[in-house]
Amino acid sequence: MQFIQQMINGITIGAFYSLVALGYTMVYGVLKLINFAHGDLFMWGAYLGLTGLTALLSLLARTSAWVILPAVIIVMATVALAGVLVERIAYRPLRTAGRLAPVISALGSAFILESLARNVYGASYKTYPAGVALGGGIALGGARVSVMQIAVLAVAFLLMGALYLFVQRTRIGTAMRAVSLNHDVSRLMGIDVNRIIAIVFVIGPGLGGVAGMIVALYYGSFDFTLGWAFGLKAFIAAIMGGIGNIPGAMVGGMLLGIIETLGSGYLSPQWKDVIAYGILILILIFRPTGLLGERVAEKL
Amino acid sequence: MKNLLTRLRNVNPLWWQIGLGLVAVLLPLPMNDYYRSVIWRTGLYVMLGLSLNIIVGYAGLFQLGHAAFYALGAYTSALLNIHFNVPLLLTFPVSVIVAAFFGYLITRPILHLRGDYLCIVTIAFGEVVRLALVNNTFGITGGANGLSGIDRPVLFGLVLREPIYHYYLMLFFLVITIFAMQRLEHSRLGRAWMYVRENEVAAEAMGIDTTRVKLLAFVIGSGWAGLAGALYAGKITVISPDLSKFMESVIMFCIVVLGGTGSIPGVFVGTLGMVTLPELSRPLKAWRDAWLGVAMVTMMILRPEGLWPSRRVRLEIRGEKEEAVPVPAAGS
Repeated sequence: MQFIQQMINGITIGAFYSLVALGYTMVYGVLKLINFAHGDLFMWGAYLGLTGLTALLSLLARTSAWVILPAVIIVMATVALAGVLVERIAYRPLRTAGRLAPVISALGSAFILESLARNVYGASYKTYPAGVALGGGIALGGARVSVMQIAVLAVAFLLMGALYLFVQRTRIGTAMRAVSLNHDVSRLMGIDVNRIIAIVFVIGPGLGGVAGMIVALYYGSFDFTLGWAFGLKAFIAAIMGGIGNIPGAMVGGMLLGIIETLGSGYLSPQWKDVIAYGILILILIFRPTGLLGERVAEKL
Repeated sequence: MKNLLTRLRNVNPLWWQIGLGLVAVLLPLPMNDYYRSVIWRTGLYVMLGLSLNIIVGYAGLFQLGHAAFYALGAYTSALLNIHFNVPLLLTFPVSVIVAAFFGYLITRPILHLRGDYLCIVTIAFGEVVRLALVNNTFGITGGANGLSGIDRPVLFGLVLREPIYHYYLMLFFLVITIFAMQRLEHSRLGRAWMYVRENEVAAEAMGIDTTRVKLLAFVIGSGWAGLAGALYAGKITVISPDLSKFMESVIMFCIVVLGGTGSIPGVFVGTLGMVTLPELSRPLKAWRDAWLGVAMVTMMILRPEGLWPSRRVRLEIRGEKEEAVPVPAAGS
């Protein structure tokens, strides 16, 4: 029974990783850039969620779990805006500047976002207001699924499903896939590449921001290091699934969540991060394009 | 003005080196212990930057986990000293060898990776090393608190306790490092690294064993970082897994890139910007990282080749056109 419980917890954590990994993978798809700032945008989602929830609750003057919905929308919009700004200021001028410059610029953006969060909200752990987290749970043959977990999974799968349909079925989604193959040819086909990249930076950080808020709700407390710790794991998930590949990020996130939970449950919680990194290293050594990644000719 | 610059450029480089050497020797004398420690720290990061410069600057490989080797060097020194009472200076070569060996072990399987993948794997290795130290592997690394009670280095009966002694010790190793780097840069191996950086396929076609050459870059760079770690252990006498923090690796990486990849003076400039200035502006510490970030982003937009780039890299990034400044006519 412990196994089923571990699996449920693992899938929940995996859903978080998937949501954040999507942001990494989409940006990598269109820009071939590791967006180091993504983890910190995700962390800002957690902080903005805190501010939004507190403000809404004080407006309402009573506690209700329903305030989460408007808060989510606020967080999504604000973090998406921040994402677009980061792209506009720090990445767009460097699109033709080789490989090193964008990496440094991305790291610099991450520094700025993290330092801002630490100075605005302080370095101590923050807790979400009581009364917004969903209580209760269902027994499932010895294991227990909390209402919170069901809600988290429902939201995560809904968002991921919507994103998948968006990318596969709409014109903008098709344009996105085209841009990730080749900027110049896309431009020749009449695609506004800058606009598509901006849209990617709306969707990726938007999802990341929501994930940040849900993670903070799920765990209850967090601090400014959340972005880095969680972001790196999510990036590992994106690589596991094959970077640039959207279903890959979803599968990779789930796998990483499950492996990590089982690893800390059956081996040792201290080594759970080492297990995650170890898997990453093994995957990159033996299958650098990830589990679902296609074989792409190495760029010379 | 221009005349003066041209004349300065034509001065025998030996005079430059002697002058800079004199400045470096005399620099700590009028300072108090705090500033002596600051310049010691500057020297430490110059050394780390130079070691990473081999990997990132010369060979053009991404390495965002360099701090791991720095930590391994420090831990090797500390463990030998604490458990076997080996005098600290004698542990230095061992630290270098251990760090270089781990550099070999870790990078051998990942050499075929390129660019971003290499970047991520090295981050992962850095974190694995840090976590292994935190988790007190084999019960010898002292866990999250690290190791303390490391002896001071003793040189001919003189216990190096004051910061100024450590500064001169650092200076000694730094001079060796810079000399070695200059030799390396123009050696057969150094030129091979630059071929690999510019175009790996062409390098291979020229008969360069790219795997061996890249591996050597990692091994030499890691070993040198190990030496810096040992020097750190000797001065601070307390070490913790924080040495292998990602932030440390990022600082080293930025020193190399902001200064100008592949450029020895660039590493100095980068260290001044990334380490010395932030150290001196401690009162502004809260906003330090934010300013560092702003500086990194603006630098990359305005001057992606770094503050003091090597000529080759500048040409590569800026193109040939910029070099075509009209040469002043002879005799002007």
